[in-house]
Amino acid sequence: MSEKVLMLGNEAFARGAYEAGCKVSAAYPGTPSTEISENIIKYKEIYSEWSPNEKVAMEVAVGASIIGVRALASMKHVGLNVAADPLFTASYIGVTGGLVAIIADDPGLYSSQNEQDTRAVARAAKIPVLEPSDSAEAKEFVKFAFDLSEKYDTPVIVRSTTRLSHSQGLVELGDRVDIQDKPYVRDAAKNVMMPGNAKGRHLLVESREKALINDSCDFPINTVEYKDKKIGVITSGIPYQYVKEALPEASVLKLGIVNPLPRKLIEDFASKVDTLYVIEELDPIIEEQVKSWGIKAIGKDILTVQGEYSANMIRRAVKGEEISILPATDIPNRPPILCPGCPHRSVYTILKKLKIRAAGDIGCYTLGAVAPLGVVDTTICMGASISSLHGMEKAKGKDYIKDWVAVIGDGTFLHTGINSLMNMVYNKGTGTVLILDNSTTGMTGHQDHAATGKTLMGEATYSVDLEKLCRAVGVQQVHVINAFDTKNLEKTIKEAVVADEIVVIIAQAPCALLDKSPVTKQYAIDQEKCKKCGLCMKPGCPAITKRENGDIEINDTMCNGCGLCADQCRFDAIKSI
Amino acid sequence: METKNIMIVGVGGQGTLLTSRILGGLTIGAGYDVKLSEVHGMAQRGGSVVTFVRYGEKVYEPIVEEGQADVLIAFEKLEALRYVHFLKKDGAIVVNDQQIDPMPVVIGAAKYPENILEEISKNHRVYKVDAIEEAKRLGNSRVFNVIVLGIAAQHMEFSKEEWLSVIEKTVPAKTIDINKKAFELGYNLR
Repeated sequence: MSEKVLMLGNEAFARGAYEAGCKVSAAYPGTPSTEISENIIKYKEIYSEWSPNEKVAMEVAVGASIIGVRALASMKHVGLNVAADPLFTASYIGVTGGLVAIIADDPGLYSSQNEQDTRAVARAAKIPVLEPSDSAEAKEFVKFAFDLSEKYDTPVIVRSTTRLSHSQGLVELGDRVDIQDKPYVRDAAKNVMMPGNAKGRHLLVESREKALINDSCDFPINTVEYKDKKIGVITSGIPYQYVKEALPEASVLKLGIVNPLPRKLIEDFASKVDTLYVIEELDPIIEEQVKSWGIKAIGKDILTVQGEYSANMIRRAVKGEEISILPATDIPNRPPILCPGCPHRSVYTILKKLKIRAAGDIGCYTLGAVAPLGVVDTTICMGASISSLHGMEKAKGKDYIKDWVAVIGDGTFLHTGINSLMNMVYNKGTGTVLILDNSTTGMTGHQDHAATGKTLMGEATYSVDLEKLCRAVGVQQVHVINAFDTKNLEKTIKEAVVADEIVVIIAQAPCALLDKSPVTKQYAIDQEKCKKCGLCMKPGCPAITKRENGDIEINDTMCNGCGLCADQCRFDAIKSI
Repeated sequence: METKNIMIVGVGGQGTLLTSRILGGLTIGAGYDVKLSEVHGMAQRGGSVVTFVRYGEKVYEPIVEEGQADVLIAFEKLEALRYVHFLKKDGAIVVNDQQIDPMPVVIGAAKYPENILEEISKNHRVYKVDAIEEAKRLGNSRVFNVIVLGIAAQHMEFSKEEWLSVIEKTVPAKTIDINKKAFELGYNLR
């Protein structure tokens, strides 16, 4: 037997792509999918990139597939919305080289703005979806997906969830298969999706679905375990693990393919059990279809459409078991916060002081919405800060947004924010845009992007000049200011918000976690000078705490030496050490 | 053998992932089936983080649920209190005697609970250690989590040699010696 290793779900997805002979991988980072690409770079046989957004990543993979090469795109669930345009039409075009998209959902919202279910998107796009339930299957299902893709001339989605992507399990390693590139044949009827051609392809998509409904009944990725037939459970993915834990005596149909559904297999299983349950996280995608075939089943009437499941939840719901546990203690929450030394804190402290509201965006700086900063009023999706501020202005007039700004990070600005800025210029907006440029994609763990000068594979490359880019789309006033130069920044913001033109302020300072070298400068409080006024605590730095005797102290294991606290102090009591 | 459930809780940035990697290497080396579940992304930014480790003949669920943990390793006191109801009645809890105020406490919207260790001791066996002080004495405050792990190791079935060999394979080469010392310190603390 070959070697067994412990692998994160995302690491196993990457290994699966490698073993399947995948040659091109494109992605945009997003929790919980980021580590797929970060692991693919271990395999030199695969070209791998961070694209500026998910739409671009999907199109890169589609292009590679059309020319006959096995290609992968990976992203989080909301990223699939951005990539929906190429995906829906790639469904019509089909593939030449296998095309697989790994999409990671986030039940429980560990790091996302919504809890949407990728299976619903895939149904609309008429694309098959496979759903593994542990790391070993994560690898195997990706391999199966590539074969399926080529056999049925379709892109295939492999759906993950946070719990699968971020759990480790044992994986048996295999070798990379030697896949020859398919020859590219010029074929407008297949690859040029204009109305006349697309009509023909749509017919093929429908017959492909019909074929899959039948053929999938025999796919080895579906398994049936008959035990006591009083209870039968249809499930898939991570919920399968909870079902096995909670209902070891039940008969289980574990679906490896969840779109389209293997109808005969399901009907056969349903006919053999007394009470049928459908146990799936998020939306009742399987349940509603099964019920539409006239099969009686219990699902969301006893289980929730929100959050993650667990074995105890299933024990309670299915068996009515009372599980006696000690109650949780009612104690203070520990929400995520901006790190000590984070440059965003400096910008937000100024906005708070000036009583300016922010149309926010997606990234660490979304945390500016919570106490004690509380300056971010809205967060919608990647890039929406600039465009939604523009919408506010058009709704209420330019004077209405004189105490508003848009805040957006460097990565998010390049993702889709640039389009919004172009629109603001084109349609004569006057908003103020703060680009919080920390030289990285911070929240997802420091990925490079088009303005960092480095590719995913570690090569040096051209770095987009954000200032020039803003000027190129027509912004006349662009200021580049150090994020910790609070005086200059405050003055510039004050003038910008009342100006009758667009002003872009690029507040620059690297993410506090980016520089891994030891901290050389720290701050400490001179207790004799300190008046205990608490001004230094206003920015909400986690390294500063108030002792019970009223003394305010800076924790030397946490301070990153940004000096923002010293900047707040009116009594010269905070000094660098 | 019945599946064993270990939990590691702390504050994002305290190094829970290193500890779980060591535990993973240890259990797989002993021939068990094993699953680990971690927290990445936003929650890691100074938030409450929890890692689950389960090992046995066959492990299905990757998470540990309320009332199931055999050993709870807590790198911070408030986090110990937050997750203590995950412990089995006869489970052991190892607590690093450190207080990190969460933001609601920093801004005065909530109070950091008093007498956390006394509170937990009412229902459970508690082993506490000021691991940061101990680690500073060893010469590197960052190895505090391996000291805590050493104490937890007293309540698990693996030999000291098995632990040390996995630590050697898991931590960066430059820090092998100090991490081994840190583990021994914890392992021998009574």
